[in-house]
Amino acid sequence: MPQYETIIGLEVHVQLKTDSKLFCGCSTRFGAPPNSQVCPVCLGMPGALPVMNRQAITLAVKAGLALNCNIPPMTKWDRKQYFYPDLPKGYQISQYDLPICADGFLDIDDPASEGDTRRIGLIRAHLEEDAGKSQHDETSGRNDSRIDLNRCGTPLLEIVSQPDLRSSAEAKNYLTELKLLLTHLEVSDCEMQEGSLRVDANINLHLDVDGKKIATPIVEVKNMNSFRAVERALDYEAERQYAHWEETGQTIKDAPKTTRGWDDSREQTFAQREKEESADYRYFPDPDLLPVRLPQSFIDQVRDTIQETPAQARDRLQTQHGLSAYDADVIVNQGAAILGYFESVADVSGDPKRASSWIQQDVLRTLKEQETSIEQFPIPAKRLGDLLGRVRSGDLDNNRARDVFAYLIENDTDVDSACTALGIEAVDSGEIESLCQKLLDDNPQVVQDVRGGKQQAVGRLIGQAKKVNPNANPQQVRETLLKLING
Amino acid sequence: MLDSVSAILNALASGDASARQITEQSLEAIAQTDPKINAVTHVAAETALATADDVDRRRAAGQSLGALAGVPIAIKDLICTTDMPTTCASRMLRDFVPPYDATVIRKLRDADAVLIGKTNMDEFAMGASNETSVYGPTRNPWNHDRIPGGSSGGSAATIAAGQVPASLGSDTGGSIRQPASHCGITGLKPTYGRVSRYGLVAFASSLDQIGPMAWSAEDVALLLETIAGYEPRDSTSLDTPVPEYSKAIQSSDLRGIKIGVLRDGLEQDGLDESVQKSVTEAMQVFTDLGAEIVDVQLPHSQYWVPTYYVIAPCEASSNLSRYDGAHYGHRSDADIDPADGPLLSMYRHSRQEGFGSEVKRRIMIGTYALSTGYYDAYYNKALKVRRLIRGDYDAAFQQADLLLGPTAPTSAFALGDKLDDPIQMYLCDLYTVGANLAGIPAISIPAGLDDSGLPIGVQLQAPALEESRLLFAAAAFQSQTQFHQLRPGKP
Repeated sequence: MPQYETIIGLEVHVQLKTDSKLFCGCSTRFGAPPNSQVCPVCLGMPGALPVMNRQAITLAVKAGLALNCNIPPMTKWDRKQYFYPDLPKGYQISQYDLPICADGFLDIDDPASEGDTRRIGLIRAHLEEDAGKSQHDETSGRNDSRIDLNRCGTPLLEIVSQPDLRSSAEAKNYLTELKLLLTHLEVSDCEMQEGSLRVDANINLHLDVDGKKIATPIVEVKNMNSFRAVERALDYEAERQYAHWEETGQTIKDAPKTTRGWDDSREQTFAQREKEESADYRYFPDPDLLPVRLPQSFIDQVRDTIQETPAQARDRLQTQHGLSAYDADVIVNQGAAILGYFESVADVSGDPKRASSWIQQDVLRTLKEQETSIEQFPIPAKRLGDLLGRVRSGDLDNNRARDVFAYLIENDTDVDSACTALGIEAVDSGEIESLCQKLLDDNPQVVQDVRGGKQQAVGRLIGQAKKVNPNANPQQVRETLLKLING
Repeated sequence: MLDSVSAILNALASGDASARQITEQSLEAIAQTDPKINAVTHVAAETALATADDVDRRRAAGQSLGALAGVPIAIKDLICTTDMPTTCASRMLRDFVPPYDATVIRKLRDADAVLIGKTNMDEFAMGASNETSVYGPTRNPWNHDRIPGGSSGGSAATIAAGQVPASLGSDTGGSIRQPASHCGITGLKPTYGRVSRYGLVAFASSLDQIGPMAWSAEDVALLLETIAGYEPRDSTSLDTPVPEYSKAIQSSDLRGIKIGVLRDGLEQDGLDESVQKSVTEAMQVFTDLGAEIVDVQLPHSQYWVPTYYVIAPCEASSNLSRYDGAHYGHRSDADIDPADGPLLSMYRHSRQEGFGSEVKRRIMIGTYALSTGYYDAYYNKALKVRRLIRGDYDAAFQQADLLLGPTAPTSAFALGDKLDDPIQMYLCDLYTVGANLAGIPAISIPAGLDDSGLPIGVQLQAPALEESRLLFAAAAFQSQTQFHQLRPGKP
């Protein structure tokens, strides 16, 4: 049985987070009543003319710079012609030979080797307008089609990778990192269920047959609506292509590229009816739109708005805050809002590691339980920072802090009030010392054990101290006991 | 009184006439003459009279009025109007009433012009004879057996027939200037981008330009002043101030002006002797006015027509894709072709029934020229030649302030004469397409009559945004000649 390598390239469409459509002032809000967000321009009515949305250009350049792309000094608009009822003009305004971003890359975690990265090349990223949506009503023998043109003219950035991905796991890591980057930079919401991130995958196999390399025909898989679906579809497709090759021996030279859909419920790909056989899109420059000049000063200006990419944030959390690579990864991968929350908690508490572990455990668990987001989280970052600062200084032990945390989730109040409500008081060191002295006096055996080298013997007394005074900090009690014993 | 815009404005200002009287005269003239010439496709009598009454009321109340208050104006039927159909003389859009006004229409309404109706044209502005209209051909008011020129033939004929003093046309390869020449009026194609195309139903977007048509350069200047200007909704519209064209034309001293003439162009095959004679005589008039005549070359002029007939159909094939029966316009109710299925059947039948043969011919040419394997040989090459043509003009305007030559190779030909010979029809644009390819302004002015009493026009071209220079020279010419005062039936 020959070895094979899976070759995958992804085309990702993301909807840019603009206030209005690519060539008119209509809203791009999701979920509005059908055909309520349209005007003569996005409907392609006779005589209406497109006008470029500068915000879309800015966001595309921002994404391109963050994806290490070249931004050419000039880009232009082209028409891609095809007939479809949800494409009112009979052409889509897109970019053909001069895309706004070219030749970039994205580094992703190597799923095969922890701690290593893989560099995935990007061929290009170009701007284009979205088409509308057709709904085919085939109930009770009717053959109606309804068309919602709200989405027409919505700005999309199509990011095309090199065929550098070698497994579905790499594809998933690529998509995860891409989504993180684009949401982090506020270029896109990347909401797959709202269609603001859509993925097409090109896949084939390179087989090693008796030392000869054979490629199977390329298949484009469309209509995957979650990262999980992409992963499964690619795994399914690799197996299917292998089986197909075994059966037919068909290679890339024997068959043209085909398009397949993904059926999520049946977990398999299926042959799709081609929209147009060997489509000839007859691209040509759109005469209604002037070429767009992108002066270096503009590109620099956009670059200045990119504070930090997720990759840079991971590095910084390690160098500046001393987090482990793993912890930095977890925090950054949660997205920009959690990262910002972490930074604030770390600053206020002065204890980044503690902030990281509390956020990873207590905060994330609570978010999950309450099915909410960090924006809605009841404990503001400063308040949590305050709480963790007290743990750091020894004013509160971890267990008491967890009680306070639980109280703060239920009650919108500050740490002091929470402590008061819970009967937590600061215990001064004199009080601790006399308590410890009394315990040592009552337990001479412990003193002897410690002096004999068994330091852990004080543990028994810490529990007793807590019983006498629940506010006593165990760490402080331990230290005091040892100090008294060792004189 | 209906004759010229300036005469109407004077009469209205002095109280010699009311806007209602003028509008009624216009409507009456249409009722009388249009059954013969078929220049008007839609008459907006009610709204026109309402506008006129409003102008009269506001004038009586001493309120301020726009620059064209009370002047009846006809609109080529490919400019969008909310209160009249916009059909492009095509079955495809026969019932189409746009939900918005073109920028030029908004500007005319703001100037209190009386929009009298829509004028006949070649279907989707494709043609040089006004014979491809779904409404049937328009006839030349000077001789009803002749074509009025195209594609703004209706807009030219409506003026020549005395229906209105002015109209708007559009010019993609000569469609304002050539019918102006054939109908004995003055027609201006402005610089590309000087007048917004917003609301102009596109034929070839990179060439189309709306322009004014009237008897005299003076009237044309007044109209241009009203319709020109920046429109943020049109990316190709120029953001430069609009000069006061009507003031720029007041002198008739052409001393220091150099007028370039293409000697080669005057010796071309197919150029009628009478046209050649008119150009030579015009040269003399300009010399008498103090201008200097110089020889210029436009070395790539032989490629104008082929370049144009690649670029224009390519853009047209794309612009006309939207007419597929799905959203508006004509949808066929023919039976579904089982081989095509419901969708493809709808597309095929709707486009088959909706478009006429000239439109189909150009869609086919454009689709072919843009398709894979032919793009470089045709479209891309045409773009390169277009750049050379622009370079020719730049060089010529280093030597001359204006260029003078024929507008059309002949006077108006007979109806049906070239209808079955597309190449002959395309050659009507021989002298005019250069200005569209270069994006420069050009004007056609009446300059004589041929032996059969048909008008002949000559063309002046100027560098981009030099409409003032064109209008100034044209007005100077008209101060020394009577050709623009000749009328059909009373030569």
